Amino acid sequence: MIAYTRRATPLHAARAGAGAAYACALALAVLLIDNPVLLGAIALGTVGAAVGAGVARPLLRLVPTILIVSIPIVVVQVLVSRQGLTVFARLGNLGPFGQGDLTVEALVYGVVIALKVAVLMLATALASMTVDPDELLRVYRRLAFRPALTASLATRMVPVLLDDARRLAEAQRTRPPAPGVARGSRMQRMRDAGRLVHASVAGALDRSLDVAAILELRGFEGARSAPRRSRPRSRHDLSFMTAALLLSGLAIADRIANLAPFATYPLVHLPARAWTVALAAALPALMLAPFLDRRGVAA
Amino acid sequence: MTLLELDRVGYRYPNTAVPALRDVQVAVEAGEFVVLAGHSGQGKSTLLRAACGLVPHFHGGEFAGRVRLAGLDTREHGPAQLGALVGVLFQDPESQLVMNTVRAELALALENRGGSELQVARGVEEAALALGIESLLDRPVRELSGGEKQRVALGAALAGRPRLLLLDEPTSQLDPVAGDELIGLLRRLNEEWDVAVVLAEHRLERCLAVADRVIAMEGGRIVHDGEPGAFLDWAASAAPALQTPAARMFAQVGLRPPPVGVRQARAVLRTHGLLDPETSAAPAPAPKRPARGRGSAALELRGVWHEIPRGPAILRGVSLRVDAGETVALMGRNGAGKSTLLRHAAGLMAPTRGKLSSAGRVALLLQNPSDYLLHDRVADEADAETLAREGLAGLAERNPRDLSGGERQRLALAIVTAGEPPAVLALDEPTRGMDREAKGRLAERLRARARGGEAVLVATHDSEFAASCAERAILMAEGRILADGPVADVLSGGWYFATETARVLGPAGLRPEEGAALLRARMAGTTQELLA
Repeated sequence: MIAYTRRATPLHAARAGAGAAYACALALAVLLIDNPVLLGAIALGTVGAAVGAGVARPLLRLVPTILIVSIPIVVVQVLVSRQGLTVFARLGNLGPFGQGDLTVEALVYGVVIALKVAVLMLATALASMTVDPDELLRVYRRLAFRPALTASLATRMVPVLLDDARRLAEAQRTRPPAPGVARGSRMQRMRDAGRLVHASVAGALDRSLDVAAILELRGFEGARSAPRRSRPRSRHDLSFMTAALLLSGLAIADRIANLAPFATYPLVHLPARAWTVALAAALPALMLAPFLDRRGVAA
Repeated sequence: MTLLELDRVGYRYPNTAVPALRDVQVAVEAGEFVVLAGHSGQGKSTLLRAACGLVPHFHGGEFAGRVRLAGLDTREHGPAQLGALVGVLFQDPESQLVMNTVRAELALALENRGGSELQVARGVEEAALALGIESLLDRPVRELSGGEKQRVALGAALAGRPRLLLLDEPTSQLDPVAGDELIGLLRRLNEEWDVAVVLAEHRLERCLAVADRVIAMEGGRIVHDGEPGAFLDWAASAAPALQTPAARMFAQVGLRPPPVGVRQARAVLRTHGLLDPETSAAPAPAPKRPARGRGSAALELRGVWHEIPRGPAILRGVSLRVDAGETVALMGRNGAGKSTLLRHAAGLMAPTRGKLSSAGRVALLLQNPSDYLLHDRVADEADAETLAREGLAGLAERNPRDLSGGERQRLALAIVTAGEPPAVLALDEPTRGMDREAKGRLAERLRARARGGEAVLVATHDSEFAASCAERAILMAEGRILADGPVADVLSGGWYFATETARVLGPAGLRPEEGAALLRARMAGTTQELLA
């Protein structure tokens, strides 16, 4: 399950703000960098960070989902792009879609986009599993109390309501079939689904009333914004913030100065430059460096 | 000093005809430990909600009289303001935890009330230490057990150091170990922090020994208010179903005073020379193996395992045979594997190893009867014949969600047993939140079903209920069967999985009636000795 659990790792030991900054820097780098070698390096760094944060196994469970999202991106790009000069397959005249010439450049472009999407998904999942949502939303609560508390409630209650729905479905399975309607028939399944939705909504409303009563007693009505915390910055806060800053800096520098040039159209252009090699080594090193210091990581 | 005062309070929920509270006059002093007793639906929960301002501010309805909490009138001060003075704990911990981590949960109320960083941090730390949950502070709430969640909810209620704690059946979803721990914790908070406690509870034998006072309610009125001993005296004549098992046993043999706990019961028996020190302190006898092949097997499990991929084994080689017409209680703490075993029996889960067979349909009643209620009319949930069999014919036009807990339980039972009678009826914690009278009726219905040839398998934490309905008991732990034998052997001689009568008398008696018979025999023996 993609959900936060406190583990004894440097990323979990860092404050939520530092963890979120690290994940945002990762996402920014993915959005700004187009060079597939660098993207591959960031992907490797992300997997390494997942290993360092002890969440590699749940992250790997995302791979089928990532493939489901990424493969159509590549296929659609190859089919619809009319750019590129290196044709690797001719599908002939496709009527209103014109000539169906598939090019290597469109394929590479599709792979780059799919890689970006994949790394973004991995970075988001990594953040979900390593950044304490309550601590993060607490910061947000200082700015906008009610929306932030609603977000906290949603992250807490969605799994509870899913459990409720699972229980209801289980109870439904233990009911003997209605007379004259075979178990498993389409009609029965449709009726079951409709009733289940009805019962789930009724149950969710009941639960929301209980939660509302508790919130009333916890002072929701007259709530004030959470006090600012003045915790000293830990070594892990500092190292992840520094990594985030440097990662963002390198990504911005690459974007502005085109340090690792790459182009897909009309021909794939990926020159071997010292900067490309240096960045490909520096990016994952930067991402993984904060994980080397494991002092004081336990809760 | 009076902390809570209800002055001629009457209350009617919106769109209902019957008042939930009638002319309630009661006061709770600072530092008192008060137990609220009464059957389901008699106004205990409503009284607690009135005490914290949820009635009428949150629920609406018609309200009469005055409620004052530390001098604040609840008509003028809402729950948000009263929340600083009162902590509240309801039955279901899942609905009381609104944040993702324990630390954030404990901090929320303090932050909402504008506590400084230091006050919040200190409040969280002290509440966590008081409840022994400091090791849970950084754990996600969803990973906690039921008992841990209830402790965290109590911690959240205590974080602001309230002067009054209101608890509505907080142990109903806990196993005996976690339930006893929670009551012990409440007593410690009451003694060490001087927090006044008002606790609504059905299992009175669990909490009378720690109470200063018992208030009994019936029909929204207070019908008794006095010390625990006086309450048991009153209950013996006015409300026998509210008596504890030990008090019922004493009443049957005319022993006085009625005991408020096991310790007092044993002290009284010792004084009268009726306690056999040998047998009463004896360890649990080795249960005799259940007789095999005495009837036809209704359900048989042979070496059943259930192993979670990359997780623990929930069942570990369970072998079990239940015969037609047999009633078996399945006991053990939370997580012992009872529910998983029942799910396997009903075909909701498949064993990863081993074999399972049944002589016919296995009807399973899961823990929450509300999960079965999908329609807006009782008559749509089950056929008329089944409803009549469960005594629900008169409720056919009612909305199932408006039924009482006991009625919902009967309706859910009607739903799962509709049509052809099942070969096996399996019930998972069917007595949660039920009062003693409703439990008695359920036990009688289950015995009747067993007499009709169904095999009945009940997973329960309630030793008294198990003793009243089952002939055989199975004790489970960590997915294994620890003991399997006659209920009299399994439910005696232990501390947690034993009836109150057995804890008083030892393995010699399980139910109050058996205990009373034993005491009568001892009394006769003592008299003869004196005469001789």
